[in-house]
Amino acid sequence: MDVRLSQEQQALRDSAAQVVDRLAPRAVGQIGDAARMATLDAAVAASGWWELRTAVDGGDSLASGVEPAVVAEELGRGLADTPFLGPTLAAELRRLAGAAPGDVTETVALDPALSSLARAFDGTSPAAVAIDARGSAQALLLVPDGECHRLARVELPAAPGGLDLTRPSVVLDPSSDVVLVDEPAGPITADDLARWTALGLALTCADLVGIMRGAVDLASAYATERRQYGAAIGSFQAVQHMLADAFVAMEGSRSITLHAAWAVDALAAPEALTAATLAKAYCARAATSVCETAIQVHGGIGNTWECLAHVYLRRSLLSSDVLGNAGASLMHVLVHHDLEAADGLR
Amino acid sequence: MDFGDSLEESQFRLRLRVWLVDNNPGLPTSSTDDEYWAGMAAWHRQLYDAGFFGMSWPTDIGGQGLSSVHEVIVDEELAAAGAPPRPSLGYLVQGILEHGSDDIKRGFLPGIVNGRDRWCQGFSEPDAGSDLASLRTRADLDGEDYVISGQKIWTSYSDEAEWCLVLARTDQDAAMHRGISAFAVPMRQPGIQQRPLKMINGVTKEFGEVHFDGARVAARHMIGAPGEGWSLAMTVVSHEREPGELGYVARYSKLVNDLSRRVRQDPGAFSAEQVRELGWAIVEVEMLRRHVQRRLSDRLNGISHGPEGSVDKLLMTSVEQAVGHAALAIGGIAHGGGDDTWLNAYLYSRAQSVMGGTSQIQRNLVARRILGLPAS
Ligand SMILES: Cc1cc2nc3c(=O)[nH]c(=O)nc-3n(C[C@H](O)[C@H](O)[C@H](O)COP(=O)(O)OP(=O)(O)OC[C@H]3O[C@@H](n4cnc5c(N)ncnc54)[C@H](O)[C@@H]3O)c2cc1C
Repeated sequence: MDVRLSQEQQALRDSAAQVVDRLAPRAVGQIGDAARMATLDAAVAASGWWELRTAVDGGDSLASGVEPAVVAEELGRGLADTPFLGPTLAAELRRLAGAAPGDVTETVALDPALSSLARAFDGTSPAAVAIDARGSAQALLLVPDGECHRLARVELPAAPGGLDLTRPSVVLDPSSDVVLVDEPAGPITADDLARWTALGLALTCADLVGIMRGAVDLASAYATERRQYGAAIGSFQAVQHMLADAFVAMEGSRSITLHAAWAVDALAAPEALTAATLAKAYCARAATSVCETAIQVHGGIGNTWECLAHVYLRRSLLSSDVLGNAGASLMHVLVHHDLEAADGLR
Repeated sequence: MDFGDSLEESQFRLRLRVWLVDNNPGLPTSSTDDEYWAGMAAWHRQLYDAGFFGMSWPTDIGGQGLSSVHEVIVDEELAAAGAPPRPSLGYLVQGILEHGSDDIKRGFLPGIVNGRDRWCQGFSEPDAGSDLASLRTRADLDGEDYVISGQKIWTSYSDEAEWCLVLARTDQDAAMHRGISAFAVPMRQPGIQQRPLKMINGVTKEFGEVHFDGARVAARHMIGAPGEGWSLAMTVVSHEREPGELGYVARYSKLVNDLSRRVRQDPGAFSAEQVRELGWAIVEVEMLRRHVQRRLSDRLNGISHGPEGSVDKLLMTSVEQAVGHAALAIGGIAHGGGDDTWLNAYLYSRAQSVMGGTSQIQRNLVARRILGLPAS
């Protein structure tokens, strides 16, 4: 056992941090700046981060769950408005199905609550939302097939929007056709789906850890600058304690997330999924409160559109919901531990 | 990065697991019962004799000289077997290792590690709690000895201990924390009186108060140089805040395992709200387990005594108190008389945000030392 990042993983983290610090938005006004986003996208494309979960010979993934988690954390910290979660999860689906790699403008479609991968039953698009869909031409989803599922795709309308200002979603057009992904794509088994979900949860947890780091940094910097009663507000113990609690919640989240990211490939699928739901329950609960703290520390400014604090909160609300929020993840933990309340309620 | 066991680690794990089959003393649920504290000394020696204690400490003081991650394995296996946690002495060992002379280390550490000598920690005083540097107990040189007078309080295990690590003022003129030195003081002597205090859960073995009235300690039993007491105390408390040093993951895992068994044995007896309380405790314990693995892995780069201990302490406290709430929700209160184990586990959990420096003090440290926020 040695859970320190390897030298390669540290180098990956450093290069992701560099890209983010150079090209991610530093103010609300920079969000939506097409030229900056194009440069950011190009830097991410050149880095190969989109391919981390593509298949190498024999079907294994190029990198473990840890590498994309390392990247996701940095992207979350910097509010990077470039697709990553969507393309990575699409690549993982193709890998698990043994399908040919798609291109990077592909993402995944989830049910409207974002709690699971969307399923199509009659050849047309179900009510579903493609996440992290800026620039995406199509989204992957499932078509039930006996005990298993087949991988299918649907073209996306070009109208991204939604709550997260850095990773817009697209609502599927109900009249779009759902087309099976070409051979050699094989079936997606229950174990495949569990592993895929584990990866998705681990990556959203990593994104939440990054968001928490970024939000704490933002609020700590403001608390050092802003003066009231002739002193920096960061010298007031009430403010210090909120920020200390936020930092501590982030550190706990990071520890449990590292394990979930490692577990994606290292444990059997059901255990990987449980490790991921344990992490998601913890991180989702922590992230909301940390982002709320960041808003509170900013006072009135924190409640304006121009302050980045709500961009963190919005991004965290999306990541929390993707593949199961705190409550849904806790339910999974209870089922896994065979814990049931009266009347089978949980 | 690997959370899995190496071959050597898995062999070690298996050896411990087999040993535990015949050697689990089956003490009552931790920290809620005087019987538990009474049985702890024997458990310590049992673990030590079998080679399962002090895994990462140097061999010349009786440790096993292995990597720090072996402590995690011990905690996991003790919890899985429902055995008591390992004795929490690491902070004392780290403090003496860091500040003691070779003579002091050779003289005292083996007895601490093998469980022959029992120690307590005399830092806090009635008027010096969070503000430890304002302590007033004094030590005055008299020939080859120092003579100690003053009062300590909240001294854990004061009734069982043969030795006390005492902080006392040796220079009355130096600024607050500069004039403090540390001593290894023998407890069984006429100048010392101690009296156990009863905790809110009824336990009387946890802590006591100690009066020093002309107690004597050999000058050579000063630990570190004159005036080094404060920095020794900071080393000790920084480790006292680390769950990896304390072995508490085992204690918390055992509690949630026991509570889970209770729910499974009596399906239909608990509401969804009660079961969810337990679910959150399971999530918190999992977090701490992973956090300890991470922090003990960091020690492979070399041990540090920094402010990260405050982060650990706050995480550990949130876990202990979440488990306490689950104990109350699931174990409940025996209003009609009967077993108070779970109520007592809950009551004990309240001390975690006070001992080893209160949660408020930890937050002050995180804010100032880690986040770099300005002084008030
Ligand atoms: C179970 C247990 C075991 C212990 N074992 C030992 C032991 O073995 N040896 C030993 O020396 N001591 C021991 N202690 C003592 C412990 O370290 C002290 O209780 C602790 O440091 C707090 O000191 P105090 O009790 O005087 O509380 P106080 O310092 O009086 O604090 C009272 C309240 O005021 C708050 N407060 C104080 N100062 C500040 C501040 N600057 N900012 C914000 N809030 C503040 C505190 O957070 C707390 O809520 C033990 C305590 C317990 C509960």
